[in-house]
Amino acid sequence: MRIPKPLRNPSLVVGGLIVLTLVSLAVFAPVLATHSVDLPDMRNRFSYPSAEHLLGTDNLGRDLWSRLIYGARISLSIGVISVTTAALIGTTVGLAAGYFGGWIDMLLMRITDVFLGFPAVVLTLAIVAVLGPGIVNISAAIIAVTWTEYARVVRATTLVLREQNYVQAARALGASWPRILFREILPNTLGPIVVLASLGLGTAVIIESAMSFLGFGLPPPTPTWGWTLSFGTRFIRDEPWLSIISGATIMITVLGFNLLGDGLRDILDPRQLSRVGANK
Amino acid sequence: MVAYVTRRLLLLIPMAIGMVVVTFGLLLLVPGDPAAVLLGPEASPEMIQNLRQSLGLDDPWYVRLGGYFWQLLHGDMGRSIFQSAPVSEIIAGRIGATIELAVVALLLSTLIGVTLGVVAAIRQGSIVDTVSMLLAQLGVSMPVYWLGLLLMMAFAVTLGWLPSIGRGTPMPEALWAAVTGRPQVLWDSITHILLPALALAANSAAIISRLVRTSMLEVLREDFVRTAYAKGLRRNRVVVRHALRNALLPVLSVIGLRFGALLGGAVLVEMIFAWPGLGQLTFSAVSQRDLPLIQGIVLTFALIFALVNLVVDLLYAAVDPRIRLG
Repeated sequence: MRIPKPLRNPSLVVGGLIVLTLVSLAVFAPVLATHSVDLPDMRNRFSYPSAEHLLGTDNLGRDLWSRLIYGARISLSIGVISVTTAALIGTTVGLAAGYFGGWIDMLLMRITDVFLGFPAVVLTLAIVAVLGPGIVNISAAIIAVTWTEYARVVRATTLVLREQNYVQAARALGASWPRILFREILPNTLGPIVVLASLGLGTAVIIESAMSFLGFGLPPPTPTWGWTLSFGTRFIRDEPWLSIISGATIMITVLGFNLLGDGLRDILDPRQLSRVGANK
Repeated sequence: MVAYVTRRLLLLIPMAIGMVVVTFGLLLLVPGDPAAVLLGPEASPEMIQNLRQSLGLDDPWYVRLGGYFWQLLHGDMGRSIFQSAPVSEIIAGRIGATIELAVVALLLSTLIGVTLGVVAAIRQGSIVDTVSMLLAQLGVSMPVYWLGLLLMMAFAVTLGWLPSIGRGTPMPEALWAAVTGRPQVLWDSITHILLPALALAANSAAIISRLVRTSMLEVLREDFVRTAYAKGLRRNRVVVRHALRNALLPVLSVIGLRFGALLGGAVLVEMIFAWPGLGQLTFSAVSQRDLPLIQGIVLTFALIFALVNLVVDLLYAAVDPRIRLG
């Protein structure tokens, strides 16, 4: 039997499986959770994985498996909200800058440069500091530091596509600019956008967990991964398990999105346009 | 070259203006009355009014923005609300530690990244290549604060080889001490910076290694490399003198961009290793919502990053004539 080409790409398959598993765990968390997320059990603190507690328990004896799959809901929600919005904003800016050129391009790209000029973690922290915590505010902060990648990549792609014969032909036939932008150019930029979005989900998870690690994420008892890890560090000398398992959860998630993004790039974007802005 | 340098320097001006506007805009994002938010629920109306006046909150935004520019042009970033000192002084006391950490991390990541990338490229498809690229994939995905914790657990807590927290003598002084016959001071500084710098460097090292590998693979296929081999040169010489020099060009610009990520990552690493730099200051400023201090820090980070990128761009132009003439 012939294996379809996408399935022969190891990055795509491994990344896809990790992401699929995570999404299923998050969606079915209420069914899959074996214990209450915030019910303490002081006799069972820091227990190691067992049949009763699949991944052990934390400093208050709460079941880690249940807390981590509920944490996945938060990380993935923030990831999806921020990545879709950032992609929308960035794509709009990139299309406009690339297609219209001139002073519009100049202005939009200078604004993009300004936002790229701030170290991401620092700007996120500052925005969360003024807005306060919350899913929407953290997402807004992540959007502010990530939309630039889409803008740069979509602009670069648009610049190339604008000069293609089929676009020139559409223009010669009298197509209006919205029609050219949305019917002729946009569909051809989707490949790089999907690649960036996959990598961007990893970035969003890293930033979100960094915020909650520092204590500026969603307030307890929300079981965010970063906060669980942060709590683990207080007991790290005697009970390293808590830190190891929560950090590993974050890493595997990010790894999944990165592998998926790399795999998608091999398939969707053979000319590697999304390299322009990837890996910030 | 003069034209290029001038153009590049002029570009800094709109950039800096934009950064100041964004930094100023942070204050406008505060929901409700910033003065009331800053003072907390216990504050009396008079206290709030006083703070509003000292922050200039009663003026329209464009007057305040103009005032902010004017202030900054005089090197004044305002006063911290919780520490009774000018923001610029507080930042000046911390900036050295962060730059030191970021620079050492940059050197480490370049060294590790280039080595891994070259080794992977010249043994393409071998087990060395696979392992290096697997490491790189992990390095890209690993949260910097988690790696910091793991390193601390392994090398400071379990093995006890290195100190787990704090900073030794500042590097410039330590280097001077070593020159004047007290090498143990330098050694102490190195042992302190090694773990935080390594944690900070990993992510960038991974990205650089992937880039170097791709770039090397392209260059190794070039005609001039084949010619070099045909002349009978040894492999090491061809790889280092012919291939690597050309492969490093695209890497140079990325190394500059990585500095921004290193500065951001420093915030997290400093928290874990109790490194007394801007990162720790950011954390306390954000915890206290000390807005003038937050603004000052954000702007300082952005300016350092902009200057580093300027230097990298100029270096790039100096090395590659296509840039300065194109």
